[in-house]
Amino acid sequence: MTPTIAILLIITFVLSTVGLLLLIWSIANNQFSHGQAAARTIFSPGEEGHSEDPARPADQPFTGDTSEQAAAIKARWTADQSSRTAVLTWLSSSVFWLLLGSLFGLTSSIKMHLPEFLAASEFLTFGRVRPVHLNAVTYGWASMAGIGVALFLIPRLFKTSLAGGKYAVLGGFIWNIGLVLGLSAITLGLSDGEEWLEFPWQVDVLFVVGGAMCAIPLLLTAANRQVEHLYVTSWYLMAALVWFPILFLIANLPYTFPGASGATVNWWFAHNVLGLWVTPIGIGIAYYMIPKILGKPIISYQLSLIGFWSLALFYSQVGIHHLIGGPIPTWLVTLSIVHSVMMSIPVITVAINHHGTMIGNFGRLKDSPTLRFVWIGALMYTVSSLQGSMEALRSINVITHFTHYTVGHAHLGMYAFLSFILFGAVYFIMPRLTNWEWPWRRLISLHFWLVSIGILIYVVSLTVGGWKQGLALLDAEMPFMDIVRMTLPALQARTVGGALMTLGHLVFAFHFIAMLMRRGTATEQPTLFRPVVKENAQ
Amino acid sequence: MKRALAIMVGAALILLLATLTLVAMPYLQMSAEQVPPDLKPYTEQQQRGRQLYIANGCVYCHSQQPRDPGFAPGDKERGWGRPSVPGDYAYDQPHLLGTMRTGPDLFNIGARQPSIDWQLMHLYNPRAVIKGSIMPSYPFLFRHVDEPVEGDKVVNVPPPYGPESGKIVATDDALALAEYLLALDHTYPAPTLPKVPAKASPKSDESKEQRAP
Ligand code: HEC
Ligand code: HEM
Repeated sequence: MTPTIAILLIITFVLSTVGLLLLIWSIANNQFSHGQAAARTIFSPGEEGHSEDPARPADQPFTGDTSEQAAAIKARWTADQSSRTAVLTWLSSSVFWLLLGSLFGLTSSIKMHLPEFLAASEFLTFGRVRPVHLNAVTYGWASMAGIGVALFLIPRLFKTSLAGGKYAVLGGFIWNIGLVLGLSAITLGLSDGEEWLEFPWQVDVLFVVGGAMCAIPLLLTAANRQVEHLYVTSWYLMAALVWFPILFLIANLPYTFPGASGATVNWWFAHNVLGLWVTPIGIGIAYYMIPKILGKPIISYQLSLIGFWSLALFYSQVGIHHLIGGPIPTWLVTLSIVHSVMMSIPVITVAINHHGTMIGNFGRLKDSPTLRFVWIGALMYTVSSLQGSMEALRSINVITHFTHYTVGHAHLGMYAFLSFILFGAVYFIMPRLTNWEWPWRRLISLHFWLVSIGILIYVVSLTVGGWKQGLALLDAEMPFMDIVRMTLPALQARTVGGALMTLGHLVFAFHFIAMLMRRGTATEQPTLFRPVVKENAQ
Repeated sequence: MKRALAIMVGAALILLLATLTLVAMPYLQMSAEQVPPDLKPYTEQQQRGRQLYIANGCVYCHSQQPRDPGFAPGDKERGWGRPSVPGDYAYDQPHLLGTMRTGPDLFNIGARQPSIDWQLMHLYNPRAVIKGSIMPSYPFLFRHVDEPVEGDKVVNVPPPYGPESGKIVATDDALALAEYLLALDHTYPAPTLPKVPAKASPKSDESKEQRAP
């Protein structure tokens, strides 16, 4: 047996042992036996059975039947208000970056079928606009919105006020400065050159510091917590906030990893940004929102814990499936493929919980904007993850690798899953922070339909186009330019879909700003897709 | 608090172990890989061209990693070259393997299109040489002059792609980028390449692993 294999076996063994120990520890500490009790920690006493959506329950506002219950509701209101400045800082910034990122995404999309579009300026060449898009939507929109929602959920989950919120505000400023500098650097041609790691490493320091600033309120608030159980959402959020700085730091170490080993670090990082950063945030939010809006605990708390630890174990090792067929050791690729397939375990456990809790309540999708966005997001998590496991198989990957199919998959994950959940969360959070209702129901509807139809066109066209492209690339009889021409309709359709999405974001941003400025009339009832009480009755 | 800390420490531990397998081990194995004797380090000009390749994001449309014909037959048959091995990238910092093939693989473009005139014209406007190409043009790498002077590298762009009057000359940037493309020639035999393409070939596995730490 050669040393490499031996080391590999030992490490795999250590890994599984650690996983097992963690599981045993969880059980020994009663993380499991109180299962359903823990699942209820997100409700205040007596609240179960009542929906909380968006600002006030849709049926009858639950203000508590006894003074104890009323006090709990009041305490939650105080907790919400405590995180207000911090959350608004992060959310407002994220909406700005969403708009900017979408415009750059749309521009890169147009450039792919109209290559002369804005080609004269080096600052707007495709190879700079595209990374600006990716970094703006990943680190600007998805990450900042994710942290914003996390800051809102932390005091709620720990049933106490947010401690040290000012550090998070400061962190938000630092993070924004990092984005401005990083995106400018890419535009000026100073990219570090690796996908997902384009920001110059000098700028990356700002993200590590800004992110660490958010860990301070997390730790302080956790220390003050008033609940016995840590609800599963807090597991995901805490882990994500631990993982990201480690990942970002190692992957950005300058001059450390040359050549082909640089590629393995690059993709180990890039997939972990998805798997260990935005995914736990997205799943964690869904784990909170779905039961909260239904007024019904998730169906199996035990499953949710298994899902958490298996996600940690498997997702951390899938990155090299981006290099299948590449110039790296075979064992490494195989390791990542195996873990990619194993990912179906956490995905299925999460799916059972999310969708299982929904069973019997699908009617609520008709009126609750938050539920509709969040649940569709959760559904797309299941779909895109299972698709991802398939894509990692050598026989499928040989076709889809290097094609537009992958980009379709990326948007199914980052957009239809994550961004939808973030939209839903923003619709839930804003009324509670501003004590104001969303002014125009129709705008929420418009936003929903624009982005839904947009992403549908986007994903379907690239999935079909990319698959055909992949098959053709394997067949050397087909001249390369014929393949290029064949993909044009898909690329054009993507521009149509992307334009709808961008329009939707404009609507969303407009509504968000109106909310900050408290536009519209004060209403006594939540803004749902359809009014619960006839509006003219007031 | 104890429980919250335990979750965070557990999470960090798992990640560190994954770092060991996906970062540290490959690094150790691949940095021990032999550098092919025929691989030349980049010249200063080529390195500058490489920097332009990065700055202008060619990597988002072009890969530099032909796959094994036993796995993906199209790569070799299209003339993109033999499968690459870790040693081929010894001088690449950062790597430019790429994950998209909106355009062809460029790992051996220097051997496929060895003419600098072709490269320059293609960069100035790909449609001047390839009808219907969707590659962006890079006019900002060129200058438009009325009269080229001694030492100018003139690019004879055919109408209607060139200017009405005067000449297009390449900037130092364009020349550096073209020189880098010409240097992308990995047609030498790869010492570490498995002889038999099949993944299960025991011989090739052995030859790889003997170099492992
Ligand atoms: C939007 C995607 C895109 C970008 C960005 C792009 N290319 Fe291309 N490239 C293509 C396509 C499509 C082709 C095939 C058609 C052609 O030859 O023009 C191609 C072909 C080429 C070829 C000829 C390959 C062959 O086998 O004949 C070279 C050389 C090349 N590109 C270099 C570059 C360089 C250098 C850059 C960056 C400055 C770049 N490309 C950026 C899409 C792109
Ligand atoms: C508003 C509409 C959007 C449009 C038109 C759009 C368009 C694009 C385009 C053209 C690319 C480059 C693909 C290529 O080079 O082949 C891209 C990449 C990417 N976009 Fe978007 N995008 C949009 C929204 C978003 C959003 C909101 C997110 C995430 C939150 C996102 C995440 C990504 C990611 C992760 C990639 C990299 C994909 C990969 O490398 O495989 N996009 N997008």
